[in-house]
Amino acid sequence: MTVEPLRTETDVLVIGSGAAGMYAAIEAAKSGCKVLLVDRSLIGRGGATVMAQMTVAVALGAETPDDWHYHYKDTLAAGRGLCNESLARLLCEEGPDCIRAMDEWGVGWARKDGHITATMAPGHDRPRCVYVDFLNTGPAVSKTLRTKVNKTDGIRKAGDLCVVDLLKHDGKIVGVGALHLGSGAPVMISAKATIIATGGLTRLYRRNSASSNMGGDGYALALRAGASLVDMEFVQFFPIGRLAPRLIGMDPIMWDPFRYKLGGKLLNNRMEEFTQNYGVNEGGKYTITRDAGSYAILKEVEAGRGSPHGGVYLSFQHVPEVKLREAFGPVIDKLAENGIDLTRMPVEVAPIAHYHMGGIAVDTQMQTGLPGLFAAGEAVGGANGANRLSGNAITEAFVFGRRAGQSAGEFANRAFAPAVPADNEAAIIDLVTADEPAHAINTAELVQTLQATMQDDVGALRTAAGLKRALATIDAMTAQIGDRPQGSGKSFDMRRVDWLDLRNMLMVAKSVAEAALARTETRGAQHREDFPETSPDWAVNQFVKLRDGRVTLSKHAVLQNTLVGAAAS
Amino acid sequence: MTEQATLKIWRGDAPDAGRWETYEVPFEHGQSVLDGLRWIRIHRDPSLAIRFSCINANACKECMMELDGKTVYACTARLQPHEMTLAPLSNKKLVRDLVTEIAPPAERFK
Repeated sequence: MTVEPLRTETDVLVIGSGAAGMYAAIEAAKSGCKVLLVDRSLIGRGGATVMAQMTVAVALGAETPDDWHYHYKDTLAAGRGLCNESLARLLCEEGPDCIRAMDEWGVGWARKDGHITATMAPGHDRPRCVYVDFLNTGPAVSKTLRTKVNKTDGIRKAGDLCVVDLLKHDGKIVGVGALHLGSGAPVMISAKATIIATGGLTRLYRRNSASSNMGGDGYALALRAGASLVDMEFVQFFPIGRLAPRLIGMDPIMWDPFRYKLGGKLLNNRMEEFTQNYGVNEGGKYTITRDAGSYAILKEVEAGRGSPHGGVYLSFQHVPEVKLREAFGPVIDKLAENGIDLTRMPVEVAPIAHYHMGGIAVDTQMQTGLPGLFAAGEAVGGANGANRLSGNAITEAFVFGRRAGQSAGEFANRAFAPAVPADNEAAIIDLVTADEPAHAINTAELVQTLQATMQDDVGALRTAAGLKRALATIDAMTAQIGDRPQGSGKSFDMRRVDWLDLRNMLMVAKSVAEAALARTETRGAQHREDFPETSPDWAVNQFVKLRDGRVTLSKHAVLQNTLVGAAAS
Repeated sequence: MTEQATLKIWRGDAPDAGRWETYEVPFEHGQSVLDGLRWIRIHRDPSLAIRFSCINANACKECMMELDGKTVYACTARLQPHEMTLAPLSNKKLVRDLVTEIAPPAERFK
């Protein structure tokens, strides 16, 4: 017997309520559309945005003369030849507009002498990164957008909705089918246009910097519906993630702002600086890019010169206490509560999964190849190529969110109401309401196993042997979870949620590992120890599609933007 | 012998039909209560219902529950090497185990 689902309809549906999703909802509502903003967690509190402590890259030129062309040039250089140049241009060109809009909405960018101040960050040719003190950029951005969403007419919100699949009819995307966590009920949402703003895939890794709801769901939804993904092999590791001592109430990337403001020294277990041995002499400043930093730290650990917990030391012992207090105010007290005194001790840091350069392939209107389906924010692939310039993630969330909201609004205003029911509705209801299987597996343990496999074998240092080992584990786990869901389908059954997550995570993990194995070179965030050189033959993007249920790869020339490229040089 | 934390946890999906279950969790200095709950899901019972997202930044504000009768965030409450009693928020509608309906009414699916 098929259960009758709960139903609702809207013009524009936005999945995910980080910065990209909220910005998209605001813009779509401006075009006169009814908007429904859904999230699997609370509205505007999950995802990566709220965890972003600093900074946002934008060529405002308020303090130091700047122009978006310079930001663009740095973005392309960081991307190591693989950026989709039209998307990179959009990010840099429209960033200032969005930053000023956020300023008007009261985000509170840090100011000096009456203008928005910007700090220097690795990979930028001048100070270009705006922020909110102290360690508060992400929470301030989330709060500002939540308030703006609440003040905008035409936006409905619904948390606790875990999207199971996109609804399809005649090859078009006509909404989503979801599991309502609070009741266990299936929900069908008909929408003229749907925007995926679910962020990246950092939850695939044991050590990561984002929320636990970032398991690549949006990529899997897009793949199963027939859309293409791009650059899936490029996972950015943030070099100096918090490792030890253990402390509570602080974000894992908390040390980054300290380095922006105070420099700091990376030291091995002989208390010697080491990045110069890997080609980057920091000279007391913070200049090492993320790919180079992660590589240097992991090689130092591999050589037996790591810290006790398997990372390296970060030291601010040379910085006077008064300077620390000036730069970080109340954060110093919070550290003291955790027994940490930076004037007396170094802390341990190690690379952690931080951001995904790859994602859903879109054009500059944020349209996927499927009519009615759009993407925004980190879920989009291509703008950042093989390595993201620091500070571009929140800018991308704003700019791509705004554009996706505008495009989806225009699309919805031209479209007819979608037909109900969609072709795949019954299959979604079946997954959500299935009876508990006779054979139970520990879904939470499987998530942990997958995270360990990805960290060890599909991490910041890769080899063919490791990648093949990971693919074998991923295939075995895919067989193990089968095609019948775990758990009971009752209210908040975490086993069912884990199973639905694993179904997505394994497909996305396979895409990452296959793309990493195929790319027999080192470039940006992909370090192949068995192919240490960058190969001109690999100056191409890899696209992923699902064909007959199998992940398949194809190579395409990088989309160039010759006009702007010439202007920037 | 490593130290243990003892977590006594309220389980059930109706306020008048619950039960207490007790779990021994390996204790490591500096851990949060949420670390202990996540350990239980992986090593003892994946059906234990908890709500969390940011894990340890105290940014998402989802992991509110009652610890020894007081409302806390599980991510900032320190795990202790003795018995700790965990219950769902008593002033919110129960969903299951330690999960309650905490979203503002305008942000719920209707």
